[in-house]
Amino acid sequence: MRKIEIDPITRLEGHGKIDIFLDDDGEVADCFFIVPELRGFEAFCVGRPVEDMPRITSRICGVCSEAHHMAAAKACDDTYHVEIPPTGRKLRELMYSAFFTGDHATHFYILGGPDFVMGPEAPPAERNILGMIHKLGIDTGKVVIGARAAAHEIVKILGGKTIHMVTSIPGGVTKGLTEEERLEIVDHAKQLLEFGKFTLQILDDVVLANQDYLDLILSDTYTHRFHSMGTVDENGHVNFYDGEVRVVDTEGAEIAQYHPRDYLDHVAEHVEPWSYLKFPFLKAKGWTGFTDGIDSGVYRASPLSRLNAATGMATPFAQEQYERYFKTLTGDPTGNTPVHQTLATHWARVVELIYAAERTMELALDEDITNPDIRAIPTETPTEGIGSVEAPRGTLTHHYVTDERGLLQKVNLIVGTTNNHASISMSIKKAAQGLIHKGVEVTEGVLNKIEMAFRAYDPCFACATHSLPGQMPIIVRIRDADGTVLSEVTRD
Amino acid sequence: MSGKPKLALYWAASCGGCEIAVLDIKEKILDVDAFFDIVFWPVAVDFKVKDVEAMEDGEIDLCLFNGAVRTSDNDYMAELLRRKSKILVAFGSCACEGCIPALSNTTTKKATFDWAFADSPSTVNPDRIMPQIRTETPVGVLELPEFYETVHSLDQVTDVDYFVPGCPPQAHQIWGVLEAVIDILENDKPLPPKGTVLGAGDKTCCDECPRERQEKKIKGFKRIHEVIADPDQCLLDQGIVCMGPATRSGCGGLCVAVGVPCRGCYGPAPNSKDQGTKMIAALASVIDSDDPEEIDRILDGIVDPVGTFYRFSMAHATLGPVRAGNGSRSEVSS
Amino acid sequence: MTTTAEAPLRGPEVVSTQWRPRIVAFLCNWCSYTGADLAGISRIQWDPSVSIMRVMCSGRMDPTFVAKAFSMGADGVIISGCHPGDCHYQEGNYKTLRRVHLLKRLIEGFGIDPSRIELVWVSASEGDQWAETANEMAARIRALGPLEVGS
Repeated sequence: MRKIEIDPITRLEGHGKIDIFLDDDGEVADCFFIVPELRGFEAFCVGRPVEDMPRITSRICGVCSEAHHMAAAKACDDTYHVEIPPTGRKLRELMYSAFFTGDHATHFYILGGPDFVMGPEAPPAERNILGMIHKLGIDTGKVVIGARAAAHEIVKILGGKTIHMVTSIPGGVTKGLTEEERLEIVDHAKQLLEFGKFTLQILDDVVLANQDYLDLILSDTYTHRFHSMGTVDENGHVNFYDGEVRVVDTEGAEIAQYHPRDYLDHVAEHVEPWSYLKFPFLKAKGWTGFTDGIDSGVYRASPLSRLNAATGMATPFAQEQYERYFKTLTGDPTGNTPVHQTLATHWARVVELIYAAERTMELALDEDITNPDIRAIPTETPTEGIGSVEAPRGTLTHHYVTDERGLLQKVNLIVGTTNNHASISMSIKKAAQGLIHKGVEVTEGVLNKIEMAFRAYDPCFACATHSLPGQMPIIVRIRDADGTVLSEVTRD
Repeated sequence: MSGKPKLALYWAASCGGCEIAVLDIKEKILDVDAFFDIVFWPVAVDFKVKDVEAMEDGEIDLCLFNGAVRTSDNDYMAELLRRKSKILVAFGSCACEGCIPALSNTTTKKATFDWAFADSPSTVNPDRIMPQIRTETPVGVLELPEFYETVHSLDQVTDVDYFVPGCPPQAHQIWGVLEAVIDILENDKPLPPKGTVLGAGDKTCCDECPRERQEKKIKGFKRIHEVIADPDQCLLDQGIVCMGPATRSGCGGLCVAVGVPCRGCYGPAPNSKDQGTKMIAALASVIDSDDPEEIDRILDGIVDPVGTFYRFSMAHATLGPVRAGNGSRSEVSS
Repeated sequence: MTTTAEAPLRGPEVVSTQWRPRIVAFLCNWCSYTGADLAGISRIQWDPSVSIMRVMCSGRMDPTFVAKAFSMGADGVIISGCHPGDCHYQEGNYKTLRRVHLLKRLIEGFGIDPSRIELVWVSASEGDQWAETANEMAARIRALGPLEVGS
């Protein structure tokens, strides 16, 4: 048995490694995706005052800190049984939509995009944002930097800080909007709308017009039939901030639609001793191991699955793109037939980016948005609360139990990417099995194509490859069972 | 590789926010890229640990290390990057004083694992399978790093040259530090004294706060969601616990400007190492009572002293080692 | 691995069956220190487990001193000042009162029994009172046992 280690995996938020074991025929016997980090938020939040959770849990992730902030804020409202004023809710959703646009942009351009714009097996020195800027032009780089900055500015105006925002508390938000600030946000939102169209153009010109990429996207190596989870509003449209969680099966039939308060009836988590991250699964199916198909317990929570679980988008241009996406990939523009090609997640993400930009503008133009009534003071005794949002990476749930003073006694979190731990593991393994065979040279390009299998899932990674020299050496050591190095493949 | 100075950025037990914060310097990242060769940055660049191990000692000119030390992996990387770097900077609150991950020092590894992997309501694990450092599978051995009992800051495990505080450090401060380093390296200027806190002020957060302080005395404490605070008056004057007096300046007073109290993310004020005991002195001075019973009643309004006063600096709490010696506590009394 | 606090004077490995409590007492110069002095001059016996440090006013007591004392091996801390209303600096002892109340809550949060801190008012003429305080505290700490310091 020989072992190939990819350590660390890259262009991903967080720590991770992949161990690939080859049998004597040079075929992949097994492959493990291992998460070697744990900080223990659920335990050390015990004893903390619940109103500080939006600011404590935002530190779970500095890339999508806004997602935790919002899920925590909603869990706080629920814990205090307080209804927040409509303007408070709109302000939260406005901040959140702006954040979503920026975060999806980061993934498309900096994390996942280079694999397509430059090519999956392009030299590593070029396969990053710098290479993209050289290929697409410096103006593209400026548009991307500008759009991220615009999104961040909106977050800062309403949230206080660009990273680890602070203004959501039980009952609403602490900062309202002046007319002057609103006009500034409208300007930024215009920029984000343009940016959505701009990104779509790049997707069309560079990815969808390229038959090789279409073949890759549609190939079996990157396809799994998993169930799909996403939050929908009362019309069944994708909503990032609020709604009910809907799960459809591999054929598109509804398994469940539930209020986030009922999450424990529908989702449970499995433990393996070789990872610090657990494996959520659907209780309706049970833990069936690392399998896919209609009887499997494994599901996805990602842009791809959100579009599968919804019946449309709430804003016009996004809806147009939703229909086009489904028509191209399934022949059916209604979206009733789910998409299962993992790499199509990049496209789904662009559709969501367009929606997030449109929703930002909608809310910035809302006549109620400068109303000063943005907070309610809780009057009930706090007990227990659950808050859920769609993080860019998936459905995020915060569940708190407090004492009568609002100090935490129990905390349970199911974090966005965690939903996808099993599906990511399987996508990686299938890619490895599809790409590594006896007689095939394991090049850095092959390794990168294996990494592409997880990259599609994870948009919460903002790396600073705005303009790096782009050296991406990777060393693969192939060892025999004693650990002796048999050969080494290096890319410099 | 060119002859440019070498820059490394690494994250230990962190959230990634410090990495994004570097991005917040926007176009100035081009200047950073023009001046340095980035030789190690797992979040962004495909260099591996082996590449760092192969470097000469001191080959990296500047290493910005963010994240606390939670696992044996983090510990190993801290030691490794110390050896390979001329200048090692504890970047961000986690590396400087532990930040949010260090709140884990209020509980235990056992309590953390028991809850996460067995007792939490969504977990199905009747056999109480816990993560293992080594797992044998039919095809081979899988390894995880050891999860330490205590979270440490970077300076508690290795020798640190400079500190850049903040959760995260604000963009204008980050650029200020990088610009200064570029100037020093380019023009062969002397480095600041070892141990200097960079990218921050030398006063407390109160100095940057836009609110008006009237040095009022109070008869009770309130929590932020229990009242609509006056937007212009000092929060502490209004009875809302604000860590401003015990926190180093540098952020610009961002939180208090939008209506929430400071929670201390820029670390202890200058000339103080313990944020919590310093805060006690500040709070004691606003309490309007000389009667022990009334004082106790007033203090009941501060609901989580340990977790509030050491929100970002638990790794540096003077009493931290005393707590560790007293055995496990899975709950904190307030 | 080093910590930012200085190395403790004693850790669990040094505790023997002949353990004697180590109690640090911060006494204000004008009242309490003079009171303790009076006890000495009057030949009133008090427990040698208590070591005295003189400060000009109990209000000088930075809570950090107490935390440091515990982290360096003290099992108990006494703070003694002038009676309320008699402070040489007017308000100092009131500050102390409020600080100590908050400090006790803090150490409790760290798993330390709050009765390991004792706040008393001892005047310059109260030698007896000082001795009684010291002896009571020594007995209390003996019953509580040593405060262990981890790493």
